[in-house]
Parts: sequence; structure tokens; C-alpha cells
Amino acid sequence: MVGKNVNYSFETMHLEASKSITPPRVKMEAKGVDVYYGDKQALEKVDLPVPLNRVTALIGPSGCGKSTFLKCLNRMNDTVVGCRVTGSITLDEEDIHSPTVDVVQLRARVGMVFQKPNPFPKSIYDNIAYGPRIHGMTRDRTELDQIVEESLARAGLWNEVKERLQEPGTSLSGGQQQRLCIARAIAVNPEVVLMDEPCSALDPIATARIEELIDELCNKYTIIIVTHSMQQAARVSHYTGFFHMGELVEYDHTEAIFTNPQQERTKGYVTGRFG
Amino acid sequence: MNHKNETPEQRKYLAKRHAASRRFRWYGIMGLGIALMTLFFLLGTMVLKGYSSFFQTQIQLTVSFDKTVIDPLGDQSAESLARGDYRAILGNALKRVFPEIKSRDDRRQLSKILSDGASFQLQDLLVSHPEWVSTSQTVWLIASDNVDMWVKKVVDHDLPESQRRISDLQAKWLAFLETNNQLRLRFNAMFFTSGDSRNPEMAGILGAMKGSALTLLITFLVSFPLGVASAVYLEEFAAKGRWADFIEVNINNLAAVPSIVFGLLGLALYLNLMHLPRSAPLVGGLTLAMMTLPTLVIATRASLKSVPDPIRDGARALGASPLQVVLHHVLPLAAPGMLTGTIISMARALGETAPLLMIGMVAFIMDIPGGVLDPSTVLPVQIFLWADSPERAFLEKTSGATLILLAFLITMNALAVYIRNRVERRW
Repeated sequence: MVGKNVNYSFETMHLEASKSITPPRVKMEAKGVDVYYGDKQALEKVDLPVPLNRVTALIGPSGCGKSTFLKCLNRMNDTVVGCRVTGSITLDEEDIHSPTVDVVQLRARVGMVFQKPNPFPKSIYDNIAYGPRIHGMTRDRTELDQIVEESLARAGLWNEVKERLQEPGTSLSGGQQQRLCIARAIAVNPEVVLMDEPCSALDPIATARIEELIDELCNKYTIIIVTHSMQQAARVSHYTGFFHMGELVEYDHTEAIFTNPQQERTKGYVTGRFG
Repeated sequence: MNHKNETPEQRKYLAKRHAASRRFRWYGIMGLGIALMTLFFLLGTMVLKGYSSFFQTQIQLTVSFDKTVIDPLGDQSAESLARGDYRAILGNALKRVFPEIKSRDDRRQLSKILSDGASFQLQDLLVSHPEWVSTSQTVWLIASDNVDMWVKKVVDHDLPESQRRISDLQAKWLAFLETNNQLRLRFNAMFFTSGDSRNPEMAGILGAMKGSALTLLITFLVSFPLGVASAVYLEEFAAKGRWADFIEVNINNLAAVPSIVFGLLGLALYLNLMHLPRSAPLVGGLTLAMMTLPTLVIATRASLKSVPDPIRDGARALGASPLQVVLHHVLPLAAPGMLTGTIISMARALGETAPLLMIGMVAFIMDIPGGVLDPSTVLPVQIFLWADSPERAFLEKTSGATLILLAFLITMNALAVYIRNRVERRW
């Protein structure tokens, strides 16, 4: 493929532009990832490192493969009929496709928030408690209560719902539902949180709250966010990868992507000439 | 849109569109109206024809229980009482009411106003009241079916004598009994407490009701777990592909197979091969289970399909195992639809006759089944048998049994709606 400019090591990046001084450790890394849906190739030779405790944004026009890539990271593609993933994806230097990795355990470590808020049709409490329950993370009710409160508080939802934990999660507003889903994802204490266009179904105010939240959460979690909005990518992320036609065109510090893109296609996209 | 720029053609077209929607609305209302009218007509005729089967004509007689006649062995044992000549006692009792009747022919006519079951009634009374031996008691006895029809005015009283089953003489006697308050219409408890009989006035529905209940229980126990498990496997676990398509096509075809074919299969499989008892609810239930399975699988799959995928994804992304996804999220959400599908298939099984004819449940069975291996019949077959009987009195029994069957169905559906609402409330 022509004109790829993907840096494998963070040290060579413009660290002075980063919000952090120390070079971050790589949490997850994709190397030569190809994804096929049947005969159709959706991703081609994607190499992308995901830095620890940073927000990595994946941008690109619709159908460019960014969501497909995201789903590879917690193997949500496993159940898609005809989907085939090759290449290596590592989490803490361990291949997530290796037979020693249990997909159930992997998803506990790599949580996911979806495009449309999808709270379970259960109470707010049960929505949060579901993950800890199935993973047997708590010994008694008080511990579980604590996790629920902590997760909701971290997702900035506690004060809004503490009086009505037994009400259905679906009774919340769209933005609250999405924060509920974030709280649900972090309740199992994941290391990485994948977010697939988490704000595309929300109004600007709710979007702003989620973005604030992402900013706070990256202290504790490694976050990868797929977004359609370049402004959002610029606002929340430290690193940005630009996908186009199934390939990763450019990956760099967010600032570099938006102010000094190396590739013509990236330039065209971020300046709004196509996409 | 600017109304001033509207051309007459546009306006005309708009009016046409509105007229079309109005017409469509009316088609719907008319269709519903016709359906409702048919339903009311059906229910109305059933109730009008059938309600009288819940009542029975009884005749009051003073019977003297002569010990020598009813207790030939003299020890008042059940065996001895069973040998008693109750017809003679009844004849004497009737003679006391109508002393003027002397000729043999008239006497025979007179005895015919009582049911054949009256002597069994007396015997039963004696068994429960042993102290009545050698005394005189006033008891109400069942009238014959012809008298019953006459009293209920099911037969036209103005018909010429040759065309009715009650002679002028009998009619006169009945009128006499009525003026003496020795004739009454009472709730027909026997209809609900006994099995089938050749005598309409003694025929009851309990045997068929119990047979239906037992059959349906077997059908449910077999088809529900099997159907749900197959549907869950096919929908949630099985790999989609040529095999899944092949199985799906076959299930759809099975659902369209005429029920009598399942009867033949049941006959070959359960009776000829496995030698299970003929006419038993067990075999009936197993046969109906085969018939309901495809429908149940289709209904369950449809309700599983209606569970939105984001729910599955949400659970999967939290690290739920495939089984946990199904048990914790998909099944609870699909439960209302599954229940509806189950109840509809059960209702269909309850009304099914053809496959049961094949496995011998059409036999005339007087005993009430005590278990799933006892020979029995079911409600729709009982209706069929009674509808086939020549006696006039079986006509109302047929309608009465149909009412019971409908009540069964309505109860089941109401239960389904209730359970569904309960389940749904917990989202």
C-alpha cells in the first residue's frame, strides 16, 4: 500500500505535543491485521499501537473499517458469520487470539460501549451489577452495592440516579442511558474501554458530558473511541488514527493529525474536502 | 408548501389519496364487524342449544325399599345390594302414583318415563344410606331422555303423536306429575361427574375432560422443553449455513403436514413399535406433541429473533458466556412471545381430533381415566361421538360439550394473557 506513515514507537512521536511528558507504554497493539467478511476484505494490514491510559480516536468516513477494527480488539467479530481476522492483536503483549486466552475473560478486560445506548431491560442497579455478578467479583451485597455506587459515580451518574436505583434503566434519558452503559462497562474493572461512536445518538449537551467523562476516565483506563466527529476526536483524544477504505492511512498525535497531517488523504479528510 | 400554487390536478389527486385511506379504514371495520357477528352467532347458538344440557328433568317418587327385593342375600353387603331388583321397586313406586293404570302395555310406557339409570341411582343411594332398607323414602330420580326433551320443550308438543317419542298418555302422566310438584328441572351434576354413556341422560363429560387434561399435560411436558431447547439452539447457537437452512425448511414443512399424518405416525411408532396402550392419554399426548413441536419451534424462534441484537452485544461485551447471554437476557425478553406461541399450539392440540382417531381414542369409554395409561377420550372426540349419536338428547350434549371445550380454551388463553402480563411487567 502506498504512503503509509505509521509510527510503531511513541518515542519518535512529537512528545512535546503530548499532554504527558513520559512516553506511554503500549497497552494493545495490532500488527498486520486483515479482516475479511466472506470474500470482501474490510481491513488491510492495519498496524496500530494503543497507548496505556490515553485516549485513542479512530476517525474516517463511513464504511472505512474503523468500527470493524474496534470490534477486533475484544473479539466481538467472533460471532459475525463469515468474518475472518488474521494478523496479531496483543493485549499486554499477549495475543488475544491465542488458545490460552478465554474470550469471556478478554471481554472482561476489554469493555465496550456501543453506538446506541443499550441498557438491559432491568433496573439501573441490575444493569451495573450484572457484570460483577457473572464474573463473581463480589462476596456479598455490600461489596456489590459499593461497586454499583463507584461505577455510577465514576460515570457521573450517581447523583442523578441514587434515589431510583430500582427503576428500569430504559426509563433514563438517552445521555443518561449512555453513561449508564459506560458505568456498566467499567463496573467489571476493565483495562481497556472501547467506545463505538458513543455520542452519535446524543444531543450536544449529553455529548459534552460524555466527553468530559472520557477525559476523567483515561486516568484509569485505556480508551479507544471511534467517532464521526473530527471535533470530538480533537477534543478528547491524545492519539488519532485515520482510516480510509479499509486501511489505516495515518496514525499520530491528535494534534499532529489535525495540524500537520503527513498524508494527502488525511489532509483532505480533516480539512473537510471529502468524507 | 404553498397552497396557492396547488394545481387542480394536485388537489384532485390529494382527494383521491384521502378517499383511498378512508375506504381502507372501512374495509377494516367491515371485516372486523363480520368476524364479530360470526363469533356472536356461533357462541349464541352454542349457548342456546347447549345450556339446557346443564339441566336435567327429575321425577319424585316414594320408594319403599323392600328388604326381600333389594337384599336377596339378606346381609346388606354391596354384593347383595347389587343383585337387588330395583326395577320392581320402581314399578311399585310408579304404581302407587298411578293406581289406575292396569294394562301391561301402559305399565311399560309408564316405566319408560324413568331413566335406565334410576335403578343405579337407587342402588347408590342404598349403599350410602344402609339404614333405608325396609323403609319408605321420597327420592328424586332421573327421567328418561325422551321425557327430558319433552319437558325442556325441545320437541314440539303439537306434533302428531306418531311423530314424537312421548305418547299422549305419557304426556298426560307428566302433566299430572308436574301439577303434583313431582317433576322438576335441576342442575345436571351428572353431566360433570360421570363418563360417557349410551343413555344421553346419564352421559357425562368428566371422562373426556380428564382425558383432555391428561393428554394436554403430556403434550406440554414433551413439546415445551423440546421445542424451546431446539429453537434456542437453532437461533442462538447453531452455525448459520446450509444445514441450518435445510433444518428450517424441514421444520416449516412439518408445521404444514396435516394432523392425521401425525396420527398415523403415532400409530406406527407408539402402538405398533413401542406397544404402548391403545386409547391412552400418554399416546395421545405424545402424538399431539409431535404435531405441535414444529409450530412451537417456529413461534419460539420468531420471539427469539425479536429480541434486539444490542442486548446480546451488551451482555457479550461484558463477558457473558453464550449460555448466560441466552439465559439472562434473551429468554426473559422472549418469554412473552414464547408463552403465546406455546398456548396457541396447546389450544390447537386441545381441539385436535384427527390424529387421536388413529390411535384409538375414539373408542366408547365409560370409565373416567385415573392416569395417563388408562383408556380415555378427549373433549373434541367426545363431541364428535355425541354428534354422531342418533338420540335427540345427544344434540344438546354435543353443544354442552362444545361450550365446555370453549370454556377450556378461554381459560387457557386468559391464563396465557395473565402470565404474559406478569412476565412483561418485569421487563
